[in-house]
Amino acid sequence: MKGRMISPGRVDAEAIVSREPIGFYGGIDANTGEVIEKGHQLEGESVTGKVLVFPCGKGSTVGSYVIYGLSKNGVAPAAIVNQETETIVATGAILAGIPCVDGIEIDSIDTGDRILVNADEGTVEKLE
Amino acid sequence: MFLTKEQEDMLEGEEGEVIQRLFRLLVRLGDIYGADRMIPVGSVQVAGVSYKSIGDPGLDFLEDFADKGARVRVLTYLNPAGMDMKNWEEIGFPADFARNQIRIMEAFRRMGIVVTATCTPYLAGNLPRFGEHIAWSESSAVSFANSVVGARTNREGGPSALAAAICGLTPNYGLHRDENREPNVIIEVDTDLVYYSDFGALGYHVGKQVKNKIPYFTGIRDANTDQLKALGAAMAASGAVALYHAEGLTPEAETKNIEGIERISVSSQDLKETYENLNTGDLPDIVILGCPHASLREIAAVAEKLEGRKMEKPLWVCTSRVMKEASDLMGFTSKIEAAGGKIVADTCMVVSPIEQMGYSTTGVNSGKAANYLPGFCKQNVVFQNLDELIGRLTK
Repeated sequence: MKGRMISPGRVDAEAIVSREPIGFYGGIDANTGEVIEKGHQLEGESVTGKVLVFPCGKGSTVGSYVIYGLSKNGVAPAAIVNQETETIVATGAILAGIPCVDGIEIDSIDTGDRILVNADEGTVEKLE
Repeated sequence: MFLTKEQEDMLEGEEGEVIQRLFRLLVRLGDIYGADRMIPVGSVQVAGVSYKSIGDPGLDFLEDFADKGARVRVLTYLNPAGMDMKNWEEIGFPADFARNQIRIMEAFRRMGIVVTATCTPYLAGNLPRFGEHIAWSESSAVSFANSVVGARTNREGGPSALAAAICGLTPNYGLHRDENREPNVIIEVDTDLVYYSDFGALGYHVGKQVKNKIPYFTGIRDANTDQLKALGAAMAASGAVALYHAEGLTPEAETKNIEGIERISVSSQDLKETYENLNTGDLPDIVILGCPHASLREIAAVAEKLEGRKMEKPLWVCTSRVMKEASDLMGFTSKIEAAGGKIVADTCMVVSPIEQMGYSTTGVNSGKAANYLPGFCKQNVVFQNLDELIGRLTK
């Protein structure tokens, strides 16, 4: 699948997919990488080391700093894949140096799929 | 986007990791918003300063970037902090909040940022010229710089403003370009504006209706910079107006073509209804003036009205450290203090933790404050002009 590079890098890892938007501030614990938003589809799951797939960001602009904190604390996702990356997530991913691609039809990706994210080329590929 | 050889090098990391990350942020944002190239900025104003707004994630980020050697290349000021940086203890700000706020300011200082924390940088030593490209964050300061001064800035987020300061550049899109500064709605003001709060009420009413359009005002007979500041602040808060023109009052107005665009008329009845809608409280626990930060002229007016009177409730007049110095010199501060009020510098009611300080109803004369206090500070609001607010709560 071909999308657009937001933040460069190339990784392959297991996907964790949210069908609903993610607000990082108050939504994910920057110390543990765990989703803490009450009632969120991914509540209680860890995003650490995975390709975090979700449609778009939501909520406070402080979310950019939370993404940076995840990375600094060594609990960041390995990559981020979005339908559309808005400025909160784009800013966080770029500052943190997390590979990030948008413009991807995320419905075809499921939690547990192995994914190759080549952000330099803006591509996302499912590995068998 | 076109990048010069030197800018390509920044992107490749030849000036270090900090510049590389921050410049990459500017380039990506520029691509997203359709910028053609980078332009140098004359000054920057960074938002995301109060510990109440940015919390531990922001504090950790700022300290980490300061540790990595991030340094600004242009004159850079800060938005208000969460407390008065000198008199926080006496005014009653919580000590654990203060500790974190002090760490935030120290991180900014290490980056070479002027830690004058104000939403009115143009009154405190950071004044752009007409047409100058700048990268400012705070919505009322953005409105004032674009509209009243005729400088050019988009409304930057905290990180993108910091990136502009450290790289000395911003992507050329939005309000930096001529074609995006044309008005698209005419506001015919068919009522007299007397008080500062009338300008706030007008701004609140218009912002709600026009969202992020560029209004062109007719019918405002006269307005000083304090009143224009109140108008722009309220429009940016209730809508997302980052630029307005006002016939005979703002520098770009006479160059604009207003034929054939939508017209909205504002009557005295509209303003009356706006006052009614914004009043959600009855008797204030505290009166807070200075949103945006009070000018010396506004402080002088408060001091004069309080002469020989005593406030029955606490009164804060929020302003910049620079204006407070001038107020001290002129004896305005001591007059306000004699009446039981305080001049509070570096902060404002919206970004300070007033809900943790035992207040639940706040009296204001600012349309912007009336817009934000219910949500950000869980306050009921009494929105009135200065005479009513002070008249009712003094003996």
